[in-house]
Amino acid sequence: MSLKYESTLREPLVDGVKDYHQVTEDIISPIEGKPGKLWYVGFVISLALLGFGAFSVFWQIYFGVGVWNLNKTIGWGWDITNFVWWVGIGHAGTLISAILLLFRQGWRTGVNRAAEAMTIFAVMCAGQFPIIHMGRVWMAFFILPYPNTRGPVWVNFNSPLLWDVFAISTYFTVSLLFWYSGLIPDFATIRDRAKTKLRKLLYGVAAFGWTGSTKHWQRHEALSLVLAGLSTPLVLSVHTIVSFDFATSVIPGWHTTIFPPYFVAGAIFSGFAMVQTLLIITRKILHLEEYITLGHMEAMNKVIVLTGSVVGCAYLTELFMAWYGANPYEFATFFKYRAAGPLGWSYWIMMTCNVITPQVFWFRKMRRSVAVTFVMSIIVNIGMWFERFVIICTSLYRDYLPSSWSYYRPSWPEVGFYMGTFGLFFTCYFLFAKYFPVIAVAEIKAILKTSGENFKEKMEVYEGETAEQFAKAVHHEHAH
Amino acid sequence: MAVKNFVVGLFDDEAVLFPAVKKVRTAGYKLHDVYTPFPVHGLDHAMGLRETSLHTAGFIYGITGTTTALTFMSWVFNVDWPLNIGGKPHFPLPAFIPITFELTVLFAAVGMVMTFCYLCQLMPGVKKHIFHPRQTDDKFVMVIELTEKSNAEEIKRFLNEAGAHDVNEQRAEAGWWYGRYDKNDEDVYASPANA
Repeated sequence: MSLKYESTLREPLVDGVKDYHQVTEDIISPIEGKPGKLWYVGFVISLALLGFGAFSVFWQIYFGVGVWNLNKTIGWGWDITNFVWWVGIGHAGTLISAILLLFRQGWRTGVNRAAEAMTIFAVMCAGQFPIIHMGRVWMAFFILPYPNTRGPVWVNFNSPLLWDVFAISTYFTVSLLFWYSGLIPDFATIRDRAKTKLRKLLYGVAAFGWTGSTKHWQRHEALSLVLAGLSTPLVLSVHTIVSFDFATSVIPGWHTTIFPPYFVAGAIFSGFAMVQTLLIITRKILHLEEYITLGHMEAMNKVIVLTGSVVGCAYLTELFMAWYGANPYEFATFFKYRAAGPLGWSYWIMMTCNVITPQVFWFRKMRRSVAVTFVMSIIVNIGMWFERFVIICTSLYRDYLPSSWSYYRPSWPEVGFYMGTFGLFFTCYFLFAKYFPVIAVAEIKAILKTSGENFKEKMEVYEGETAEQFAKAVHHEHAH
Repeated sequence: MAVKNFVVGLFDDEAVLFPAVKKVRTAGYKLHDVYTPFPVHGLDHAMGLRETSLHTAGFIYGITGTTTALTFMSWVFNVDWPLNIGGKPHFPLPAFIPITFELTVLFAAVGMVMTFCYLCQLMPGVKKHIFHPRQTDDKFVMVIELTEKSNAEEIKRFLNEAGAHDVNEQRAEAGWWYGRYDKNDEDVYASPANA
């Protein structure tokens, strides 16, 4: 009998009859086999997109930032929209791996590895935009405070744009360390069951010489816990600082104190949607439906409907404050040029996708439907992209001077650059899905005996007992 | 490190492993280590290991980051190049907080991971003896070190009685060395000439 007991009322986190070895087999064997046809098709498409993106960026660097359709009025367009969108997507990974670890949510173990990978790839994509948008990217290192021969002239530590540099680079580094420290034991599992020499060599290097010693596990647990504790405020700070890029300015529609919580909720909202998109495909192709169950998807859909509603409240608060605040410029931005005006359509796409459609997740049947979840995850991501577009462009295109009012649509290098980051993201994700354990093997084993379906069935006999009776039975068994 | 002799026993279930660890400790055998495929909660206490101090190290790295950020930014703004930025103060503490926080987290995280790798001897290229290939898969591998006083046969019998299976004797390097996992270089360390 297991020492631990979890009520059978809780849905199992691992379906089917499993033991430790079966878990290893299920998750590691796709790495050892040849990838399917779909994998090659997807990988080639991603590489093509990446190539197109690289060409678009080359075009922009060669001819200058003028090839983009930005103008004097609209200085931030698709570039910063995409930056904020990608950073936001990254947030779900850290939320799952860190905040849910602190809250002891067992279901995170099925999805955390893939979600953290998504975070890292999304932040890689996000980082491209502010750097390329600088125009002269070969000067990009000027944003770092390094001792230079020009004085030294230092960076402005009061600037939210510089805070961004620190926030994004710290976020990327810490996420990478967190992810990799969790991967080490799983790489050791692949190494020790490897049949080919090449696999033994490569996973041997990647596993850093991990053996599974009890002392090492003790330190590993301590490390994971502290990294989770550090990542939790970090993830909140990153999107807070991104929102400061707007909130500390004096542009109507940007200059609001609601921005930090509103941005963080939006980030988690879009991030979970992207996790759903990726995991629905991953679980299908790698046959991991027993590890990423409908229960996992339902839990994430609950987070989506919660954060979606938080975002909805923020939209309404903004509208209310624009009216109640009695600032004519803010009123005009919201009621004349956001909800109406030439770019008004984008506002209503945002409202529909982010506030209205996610309400289907109040119904259990919808939360547990793979098809609905998949479609919704894409709708939410479109909506969240438009949220950033609305915030950035509809505040800028009607500024204080009517003679400079303008309209904005992207040029092909801007679209190509965005497509290119999709290429980068999916190229990385395809490689990850093929060569890395997409589910944290060791963590699944650690919860298997409490939350695995076949183990939970064995515990049903104790369901009627009181805690005292159960404790007595366990004590009795272990006394022998 | 050193090449030593070990008795190795495999366990299938952690519920059997715990009492066995207890018995080994009461019998006074030298428990080298227990290798597990996942973190088994309470096993460190059962083996009598002390708590790790990694948290404390993390705290120290963290405050190092805080101090570095605050000192550096105030030095730049007040000493090295006091620049008038829109008439703003030279020590704007609230504006320093974001970078101070980020550097605290960065120092703590990087420092802790490096300390973790140092303490557990983890690095690309590091190789250690694997007592059983299933120890990272589904077996709990108990390793008892043989000293001059201990009797290998007696320990083997003892482990079998405690619920272990595939009990065997191994001569192996106890520490780490630089090596590749596709090369079988372990016999170099385990040969009698090296003893």
